[in-house]
Amino acid sequence: MIWLTWRQFRTPAWVAATALAAAAILLAVTGLHLAHLYDTSGIGTCHGHGDCGQLASNFLTQVAASNLYHTIYLLGIAGLYVAPAIIGIFWGAPLVTREIENGTLRLAWNQSVTRTRWIAVKLSLVGLLAMATGGLLSLMVTWSDSPIDRAAAMATGPGPALLSRITPVLFGARGIAPIGYAAFAFALGVTAGVLIRRTVPAMAATLAVFITVQIAWPMLVRPHLIAPVRSITAFDAGSIIGLSMQNGGQMTVLTAVSKPGAWVLTNQVVDAAGHPFTGPAPQACTTNSFPVCADALARLHLRQVVTYEPASRYWPLQGYETGIFVALALVLAAFCYWRIRRRLS
Amino acid sequence: MTAVLESSGLGKRYRRRWALADCTLTIPAGHVVGLVGPNGAGKTTLLHLATGLLAPTAGTIEVLGGEPASSAAQLAKVGFVAQDTPTYAGLSVADHLRLGAHLNPGWDHGLARRRIERLGLDPGQRAGKLSGGQRAQLALTLAIAKRPELLLLDEPIASLDPLARRDFLGILMETTAEQEVSVVMSSHLVADLERICDYLIVLVDSRVRLAGQVDELLATHHRLTGPRRDPGTLPAGWQVVEESHTDRQSTLLIRAGTPVHDPGWAVDPVGLEDLVLGYMSQAASGAPARRPEMEAQR
Repeated sequence: MIWLTWRQFRTPAWVAATALAAAAILLAVTGLHLAHLYDTSGIGTCHGHGDCGQLASNFLTQVAASNLYHTIYLLGIAGLYVAPAIIGIFWGAPLVTREIENGTLRLAWNQSVTRTRWIAVKLSLVGLLAMATGGLLSLMVTWSDSPIDRAAAMATGPGPALLSRITPVLFGARGIAPIGYAAFAFALGVTAGVLIRRTVPAMAATLAVFITVQIAWPMLVRPHLIAPVRSITAFDAGSIIGLSMQNGGQMTVLTAVSKPGAWVLTNQVVDAAGHPFTGPAPQACTTNSFPVCADALARLHLRQVVTYEPASRYWPLQGYETGIFVALALVLAAFCYWRIRRRLS
Repeated sequence: MTAVLESSGLGKRYRRRWALADCTLTIPAGHVVGLVGPNGAGKTTLLHLATGLLAPTAGTIEVLGGEPASSAAQLAKVGFVAQDTPTYAGLSVADHLRLGAHLNPGWDHGLARRRIERLGLDPGQRAGKLSGGQRAQLALTLAIAKRPELLLLDEPIASLDPLARRDFLGILMETTAEQEVSVVMSSHLVADLERICDYLIVLVDSRVRLAGQVDELLATHHRLTGPRRDPGTLPAGWQVVEESHTDRQSTLLIRAGTPVHDPGWAVDPVGLEDLVLGYMSQAASGAPARRPEMEAQR
């Protein structure tokens, strides 16, 4: 059964291997260049001087100035979101449907191998290859872009605002999470195929569900994997980055957060009672002088409440997320197994 | 002799339509069984139930004493050539033999290779590039070389040209002569079955109308022609399969356990084809509303 699975999967496997090899060459070249730039930027020895933030910003400005690095950086992120979807669509969905459509299921299921073994071998072999593909691609991109990610976590000076690796967009494109996504997308594709039984609709369903999960997950689920840290600090008028006032005296205040490398979930200015501050605006703010207004705000006993996932939670979050997606994949695989044992034909 | 296939009250329903209903059958071992019936009569459904590709909605079925497809050992005992003889289009002929060798512990490599050589198939050729006849032969080779005790064939020759059809049946006859294998082969063409079958099952409108050894069926069926008679006056032991009447004459196809000695009838023997057609038309006129409109789902 392993032989047949490999024989049928040989071509897609070679396509994936070729694509990975091409990505590896590209990322090795740019990764080495980035590492060299990073080494010569002085960030490595900055702790003695205390100017790490500025040096990191300088480095990022330098990187952003190069179209090539910038493009490859963005492509790396995109690739890690697209790869699992492709795996789900082209490896997962047709795994069973193609055999249904070509009638070869009737050939395969009448060899001396039970259908449960047939699906178990297919699911595990191709599933493992899917996970390996996701893992390898992530490993390459994570390594290649690691100078940028490290600098982004330190940068304080003016320069391109790059994301920290724990924030939603980057989180799924780094580390071990793509292994979980690949496993999940593959199992999702097979499940769609087993339920819908036709290749193209199964592909479409796989894509739709996978995109939905990818969008909804960071918004609805990931912040709750580990309860976020809540920090309450006295309002600092110096951190105001935005003020807005309406005619009725309503007012909202926006303040900067200084949590390097963290994923900030909420950031609110609250009044003495703990309610979000919405006004009334101090009389001083009706004048056009910002320092006067800021002074008046500072006397209101406001506080700044921030909820966030600190940078130190990156690996625990990666671990949970990967584990959950692999577990989801296993649940879907178990469903396919059960469904096929109950005679799909 | 034990039964290769035994079913009791077997039925399969697709949503509201019964593709096979109340099928109670015992097929003894050592026969080449022809399973005949019009398209949509339930032949494919019965064979899929026997291979375990389908699960019954009602009743039970045992093949070679076991539940179909219940274990690898059970699967090894049954060879199946599905309708349209599916093969993997992207895999070569040699790959298919390798597939057979990897997936069947009882695989007879020598047999498979000899067949492929005799058929003149190029082992490097992709199955997708083979002609219909060659593909059918490849599928048959796969089914035979696993050395099954029972070979199930679902209209394997329906789409073949006459020459390929003859070759296919030739190989099949050789196999049954060489190996201890029982065969159940479905077809809607009686002429093809007549050449190789010694047992016949007629399936019409998802029910079994007739089952038995060909010799015995031919010996007990007669075509009678004589002056017009009221069907009610016929002897009790006669079972009228088909009847047609003109003003003066009656023509009957009957099944009778004893020879017909009534001098009022001209008695003619019945050929297999007429016999089958008799049972089919009986069903068609008897239950005109239940004409199945589509072939059983594949």
